[in-house]
Parts: sequence; structure tokens; C-alpha cells
Amino acid sequence: MTKNSIAATAVSLLALGLALGVTPAMAAKMDVSIGMQLEPPNLDPTGAAAAAIDEVVYANVFEGLTRFGSDGSILPALAESWDISDDGLTYTFKLRTGVKFHDGSDFDAEDVKFSLDRARADDSTNAQKALFADIASVDVIDPATVKVTLSKPNGSFLFNMAWGDAVIVAPETAAGNAAKPVGTGPFSFTEWVKGDRVELGRYDGYWGNPVKLDKVTFKFISDPTAAFAAMMAGDLDAYPAFPAPENLVQFEADPRFEVIIGSSEGETILAMNNKKAPLDNIKVRQAITHAIDRQAIIDGALFGYGTPIGTHFAPHNPAYVDLTAQSAYDPEQSKALLAEAGVSDLTLSLKLPPPSYARRGGEIIAAQLREVGINVDITNVEWAQWLDDVFKAKNFDLTIVSHTEPMDIGIYARDDYYFQYGDPEFKAIMADLDKATDPAKRTELMQAAQKKIADDYVNAYLFQLPRTGVTNAKLKGIWPNSPTQANDMTGVYWED
Amino acid sequence: MTAYFLRRLLSLSLSLIAASLVIFLVMEVVPGDPASFMMGLNADPQAVAALRTQLGLDEPLPLRYLGWVAGLLQGDFGISYTYRVPVSELIAERVVISLPLTLYALAISTLIAFPAGILAAARRNSAADLSVMGATQLGVAIPNFWFAMILVLVFAVNLRWFSAGGFPGWDAGFWVAMKALTLPAIALALPQASILARVMRSSLIDTLDEDFMRTARAKGLSRGQALRRHALRNALIPVLTIIGLQFSFLLAGGIIIENVFYLPGLGRLAFQAITQRDLIVVRSVVILLVFAVIVVTFLVDLAYALADPRLRRRRS
Repeated sequence: MTKNSIAATAVSLLALGLALGVTPAMAAKMDVSIGMQLEPPNLDPTGAAAAAIDEVVYANVFEGLTRFGSDGSILPALAESWDISDDGLTYTFKLRTGVKFHDGSDFDAEDVKFSLDRARADDSTNAQKALFADIASVDVIDPATVKVTLSKPNGSFLFNMAWGDAVIVAPETAAGNAAKPVGTGPFSFTEWVKGDRVELGRYDGYWGNPVKLDKVTFKFISDPTAAFAAMMAGDLDAYPAFPAPENLVQFEADPRFEVIIGSSEGETILAMNNKKAPLDNIKVRQAITHAIDRQAIIDGALFGYGTPIGTHFAPHNPAYVDLTAQSAYDPEQSKALLAEAGVSDLTLSLKLPPPSYARRGGEIIAAQLREVGINVDITNVEWAQWLDDVFKAKNFDLTIVSHTEPMDIGIYARDDYYFQYGDPEFKAIMADLDKATDPAKRTELMQAAQKKIADDYVNAYLFQLPRTGVTNAKLKGIWPNSPTQANDMTGVYWED
Repeated sequence: MTAYFLRRLLSLSLSLIAASLVIFLVMEVVPGDPASFMMGLNADPQAVAALRTQLGLDEPLPLRYLGWVAGLLQGDFGISYTYRVPVSELIAERVVISLPLTLYALAISTLIAFPAGILAAARRNSAADLSVMGATQLGVAIPNFWFAMILVLVFAVNLRWFSAGGFPGWDAGFWVAMKALTLPAIALALPQASILARVMRSSLIDTLDEDFMRTARAKGLSRGQALRRHALRNALIPVLTIIGLQFSFLLAGGIIIENVFYLPGLGRLAFQAITQRDLIVVRSVVILLVFAVIVVTFLVDLAYALADPRLRRRRS
């Protein structure tokens, strides 16, 4: 009997295996599966900050008046063209006609007015409310023309309108966008299996160039090992921000895949608490920057991918100034500066959020600081804890974090920001920048701002976070860089 | 029997109340504000405050506890902070994966463990026994997530028989869905099967040494007949206990396997909710799991009574 039952079990398991069978290879592909590390909490880009929301819906489902191109340039989107008054206070947008939302309703100037007014309202929960702060009024001239009046000139207004937080939504569907997004983009929302995937399908009523894919599936696979297996097994066609740089070599060696190394908007910094002794002493801060060997961190924590930076600005931006030499690796100078500042036997806390650049980089930085005589107490924290403890309560000496919003040097002008800089001279530069509309003048001011924070050694600037991705070698059109947090699928296609 | 049943029911409710209080308070002590987590580094403080009001986070603590419990009693788990949909909906979507996975794994585990344990006990010290003991030793020692990765490497990456993970949904068809659960279920089941087989074997061996077994053989039953008719039933009690424990463990503890196979199950829901400080989801999932464990323990108690009439009499 026992023998029989074993045999029976074996046979039934075998039968099960056969019944489950093997999936046949696909014919001409019109769909694509994209891997993402984090699942968006909801799908409304105007109501929360999570990057994952924009990574699904930006340019695919929702569009704004303007949009980011793959190189970070500002392109027209729902606004066909615009006129700016000479005083820089009035923007008149000419809107595209014949645009329809995914629910079939028409897009017109009223939708623009509604979206902008909603974002800047008192009870607005838009995470980037500051983008709309300078808007004084939004007026509908006719269904295809909108006039936006600013309270003061703002040279980055068109840039602000390209953000995912500034997309145009319809009044009838805005409240439901969190669960069922309705936009004007080339893909419409199909299904969201929570915890697993979001599916988008081609929207046939799209106003622009038709997209070359029928279906896009975003799959959420956070575990790096699982992500690797899913790529290898062919479950995924691309993973644009691959979580494990150590696996990229394996993908590079495999002809089925292509590895994409791009740049992101993530300035990764060792932030210092500028108001807390002895870090309120510029000599101590300078000493810390000279103690750090950026290349060692890039090699050790990022497997060699990453660009060193010397200020809080993206190197791929035309206005970037390379200031890395100013805080070059020089342990002797670091020791001399500490002696000059009269600091000895220094112990600093270093709080590390979960990403591997922070955890791995933190260990290396701690070792480098020990070389110049600074002891480091490392504490690993979860994101929520980091937000409470470091970001809000400012209870830290050092922390490592990547600031991933585009063009975010303005945070240095905030008084209450966590690293507590808020220098009046810097604020004056930013105020001038807000007013300037002339490109040459703007570049000059942006460079002055970069130099100012490098001269003041506000933080130790480490590297621009790379965007390392892997795709199927036949899949073309994936953005190599990420000028904003997005997976723009509008130009993606399969090569025959 | 009725008094016993009522007593069990009372202790069941008391455990639930205690658990709800502990869960609620622990989640309050954990640092992290859900609103500021959702709004990110660049957020406007005014917008964060507006969101806090919208989520009802400004209400006093006892009020929020009572509100939560009152909701639970009516089957209303509240609205998730991050997903903005009813928590019951989220849980329902996940249960249809976690529960079948648990049952699938339990079925595989039992199908392997019973024959293996019985064989080993019946042929004690034979080659068969030694190989079962060796294999189960290995099965107990191997961590299931490592075994899961090996399964993925062999069957998904190399042979390409299975997907490396994910769940297509039951809409995709029963067999397609079952196929997606097969590797995870095997990974979960093997260590459990090893434990179960060993318990089965030792329990059976203990029973085989009992006097009534000698009597059974003496009255003329063959080894196999005696085993089937008398030994098995008597050896079942410890095995049932283990199965009950395993069910609870698999239901709540599938989280690592769910991560390896990126299955959207209950464990991953709880894990994600914790990192996003979606306290309302965490609370509800944990209380649900506590409830499931208590109910399963209760059912196992009843099953003892079915397997062993003596227990039934003692209690009534």
C-alpha cells in the first residue's frame, strides 16, 4: 500500500506538471512588460509625491501644457504654442484642438483652468504646490486659449508646467484618478492588479502620433534577485531603473539584452546639519568634504556607474559647473582644517535610509572619515523614520540621500529645510533667478548659485545617481536618461 | 460540549480584543507620519497638513481606536491611506492568492509527508527509512527562500517551463493561475513536508510500540492491516497539531516567498504597508491574521475530538 501511494503521488504530480505545460513562444509582439521597483500608492500624479506614480502615468496617460523631452528640454504638449508678455507676467497658451480625454469628453480651456486652480487651492494636496505659487489668476479666453497671469515674473514657469504634478485633468474625473486615471495621453488605463501590475492599452482617440504598442504592463518587482530572474526568464522586456548594478555585467555579456547607462536627476549628497555644532563651522564641513574619495564610493557602492559632482546640480544640464576640484580628496588638508577649527575627538551620527547607494556608500564614507580622525556612528533607518527623524526633527549630523526632483537647487533657499542652510546671499540669487527670463542671465545666476553652495561647503556633494537599466536588445526607444521621473512609452517599439 | 464551545468562544474574543489593542498601540508608537511619507521631500507643509486632515490623522487617539474597532465589527476595515480604496477590497484581492497558495502548499506537504513518514516508520532502520530521514534532514535545513531561488533558476531561467514569478489572476484561467502558484507552493511545502514526515514517522513509531499493537498482531492482523486500522489513527494527534501550526505559518509567513516570486499576497501587502506607514492596512491585515490563527487553532482542537473519542468524552 505504501509503495502504491508513493507511486500514485508521483504520477499525479507528473500529470499536474504536464497539464500545466509549457508556454509557446509569442508571435509578432505588440505589447511590452516593464519592471519597476516600487508600486505606485495610487495613480494620481497631482495628489502625492511618489515617483512611481509618474513612472507609470507621465506622458503615457496624462499630459500637461508642456512636457519634458528625453534630454530634459521643454516641449509643447497640450499647449501648441504660447506668448509671454514683455514684463514676463502673462502667459497666453494656445491649446491643441480635437483632444479628447479617455472617457470621451473634450479637452478645452476650462479643463486647464480647473486643473491649475485645483492645484493651487488652499485645500490642495498637490505635493509640489510651490510650482503654482506664482499664479495670480487663470482666465479662459476661448475654448482654445488660456491666459495665466503671474504675481511676479517666474523664469521657470514653462518648466514647472512640464512636471507630472501639473498635468491637466478633467473636473468630472479628477476625484477618481487615484484608482482609475483618466487623461489625454496615448495610453489609457486598463487594469491595476494591486501588488502585481498596472496595465495600459493604446488609446485610439489620441490627438498626436499614434503609438506603436498595443499594451504596456508595468510589473512591480522590488527584490533585486527576483528582478534579475524575471529579466532572464523573459517575463520582463525592460527594467529601466534596475535595482542591482552588480548584475549588469551578466546582462552585458548576454546578447539577448542591452544595458543602458544614463543619468538621472538624483544629486546624491552627504547632507550636513549646518546649524548643529561643530558642523556650523565651515572649516569642519570643508574638512569632511576633503576626507571623501568620491570615486571610491562610486566604485564600491555603485559598481563604477555614476558621475562625481561638486555641487547640487545635474552634470548633463548645460548650466552645470564642474566644481569637484574644490572639494577634491585630500586627507592631509582635511586633518589640517580640523586642527585649525580646534576640533578633536569628533564623533558624528550618520543616518542611512534604505537605498543601497546610502547603505553601501555610508559604510565607505564612515571608513574615510575615520582616516582623518572623525568617528562615525551609523544608524540604518527606514524611509518613514528618516522623514520623521532627519527631515522633520533635524535630529542628525550627517545623512546620505539622493535628491531626485529636477532642478531642485532652490531647496537651499528654504530656511527650515533639513540641512538648515538658508543663507541670505543665496536666497537673493534664487530670487533674481525667479525673475530672470533671459536665458543667458538665467545660466549666469544658476552658475552663481552652484558656486555659492560649493564655496560654503553646505553639504558634501557625492555623485549624480546613474540610471542603469536593462532592456531586451530588440526593444527600442526607452529613455536612457530620466530628466523627470517617467517611463515614457510613447516612442517605444519592437525592432523586427 | 456546548459549555466547552462557549468557553472557547469567550477566550477567542478576549484574545482578539487584546490583540487589537496591542496592534493599534504598537502602530502608534512606530515613528513615521503617513502624510509626510506620501508627500515626499519637496512637499509644501500646508499641503501635508491638508492631507493629514483629509486622512483623519488629527483626531485623538482613543477616538481613532474606537472608530477602527467599531468599523471592524461591521466588516468595515476603513480606507487605505496610500491606495485610497477600502482596505477590505485590498485584503480580498490578496486573500485569493495567499489562501490558495497556503492550501496548495499544505496539500503538497501532506501528500509528500504522509507516505514518506508511514514508509519510514513501517520499515524502520531500512534503506528506505534512512533515505527518508536523510532527505527530510536536508529539507528542514534548507531555508525556503534559497530553495525558491534555486527553483527559479532551474525551472524559470534555464528550462523556461515557468514564469519567474508574478500572478496572472484567476481570470486568466484556473490552470494558468495554478501554474503560477506551483513553484512558490513547492518552495513553501518542502521544508514543511520534511517536518511533517519526521513527526509522522516518530509518532507512528511510538504507537507501533504500544501494547495494543502487539495485541492486534497477536489476534492475526498483518503488519499492514494493523498499521492501517489501529496505528495510523492513534498517531494522528501530533500530526494534526503540526498541520494546524503549518497552516498559520504558511498563511502569515509566506512573505519571503511572496517577495521572491513577487506574488501580490497578504504578506507583501503588510510589508509594503509598513514601509509606507499605511497604518490602517497594517492593522487590518495583522488583526485578520490573528483571527485566522485563532480560528485554525480552534478547528484543530475540534479535529482532535474527531480523531480521538476519548477527548470528546473528557470535555463533555
